[in-house]
Amino acid sequence: MSTLVKNILRFTLFILVQIFVLDKIHLHQMVTPYIYFLFILWLPFRMGRTWQMIIAFGLGFAMDSFRHHPGFHTAACVLIAYIRPFLINLLIPQEGADTNYEEPSFKSMGGMLPYLIFTGVLTFIHHGWLFLLEAWQFGNIWYFLIKTLLSTAVSLLLIIITELLFVRKQKFRTNTI
Amino acid sequence: MRNIFLFIRRYFNFLFFLLLQGFSIYLIVHYSHYHNAVFSNTANQLTGKVNEQYSKVEYYFRLKKTNDSLVKANERLYNKLKADFELPDTTSKTVLDTIRIDSIEQHRKYNFFSAKVVYNSVAAQNNFIVLGRGSAQQLKEGMGVVDLNNGVIGIITEVSNDYAVVMSLLHKDSRISGKLVKGGETGTLSWDGKTPNMISLTGIPKSAKVSIGDTIISSGFSTSFPKGMMIGIVKEIVPEKSTSNFLIKFKSAADFYNLEYAFAIDNKQTEDINNLLDKVKKKTQ
Repeated sequence: MSTLVKNILRFTLFILVQIFVLDKIHLHQMVTPYIYFLFILWLPFRMGRTWQMIIAFGLGFAMDSFRHHPGFHTAACVLIAYIRPFLINLLIPQEGADTNYEEPSFKSMGGMLPYLIFTGVLTFIHHGWLFLLEAWQFGNIWYFLIKTLLSTAVSLLLIIITELLFVRKQKFRTNTI
Repeated sequence: MRNIFLFIRRYFNFLFFLLLQGFSIYLIVHYSHYHNAVFSNTANQLTGKVNEQYSKVEYYFRLKKTNDSLVKANERLYNKLKADFELPDTTSKTVLDTIRIDSIEQHRKYNFFSAKVVYNSVAAQNNFIVLGRGSAQQLKEGMGVVDLNNGVIGIITEVSNDYAVVMSLLHKDSRISGKLVKGGETGTLSWDGKTPNMISLTGIPKSAKVSIGDTIISSGFSTSFPKGMMIGIVKEIVPEKSTSNFLIKFKSAADFYNLEYAFAIDNKQTEDINNLLDKVKKKTQ
């Protein structure tokens, strides 16, 4: 399957799962798990940064269209798309590893820990920015902090389960491209 | 000049990021202007279609609950039948007729339109409900929406051809007035963004006699709702320290977790009242 087709399928599936499965589960008012932004984390290494941001903008806007209040998810998605390349550069084990594999995963990031840091940090930033924008209008700092921490924990758990359930086969490519 | 271009080229990604962030925040802040935008209608139609497909599936699994609430609504209506009101025979028989029936409907004030709930959220801090009925089926902006048992849900804020978006009571901008049945004091409903089904009523003076378990109904002062639609039941009364008002927390009459059908209420006299108010405003200016 080509990268384009694969990503279009993922985009639709993530949005549908988020809107019709996760948003329907009301665990607790403090816990609103999100998983759709995993789409941005899974984008190919070699994609240009401008394109990453444009795609993230599209993803966020699609989410917001279902929520009928535009802007919140768009802002959060664009933020993590901007930060993502910096984080990858920091965490990738050796020079050129990002050209050996196509996209971030346990294997291509060189083990469980770097990948977990990668997803953990981005999940926290996404949730933090999203809830901050929402809390701006209500203005309760403790509510915001606890909600961010709890939701990040639950989202991370969901992401790990997703990774274990749907193993993405990563072909090793030579770095002589 | 050349330096400016070099600067832009060098920091293009960062500038582009700032642009996108700025645009998103602009959308959040200027939401009220947004719904006039051209693409809003298209987006509503699209997401409405998707939601409708999903709700068809979900609807099947909720048939039992829907049925129960319909039976309840029926019971209430049967109790209002003219035939139920009759005085015993004395000298002459009198049928108490509370409903004025006029065939050309010139005295009708409210009209109820049933609509299916296509999308409903409670988890966000600003919640919306989408109805599968739109301007082509007589719904308009500003109409009030109640559930099957006349529990207030919200007010329509956007309409597309086939769908309508309702700003539910669980939205920070939602301002509907509520009235205590016992004392008759009127206040404003607002939601703190935390627990769904728990809403606050503000603006009730401390002199009012309120107790837990009192009923709150719609005041009938706005054009959206007739007087006497159920809003909720008082659960908690907190005296505000800085003002002379109570903060009353109540459980909403409508169950926001389970909405299948709703009624949109059309007030036929809205235009009339608004025209009159406009005239008064012009005179005082």
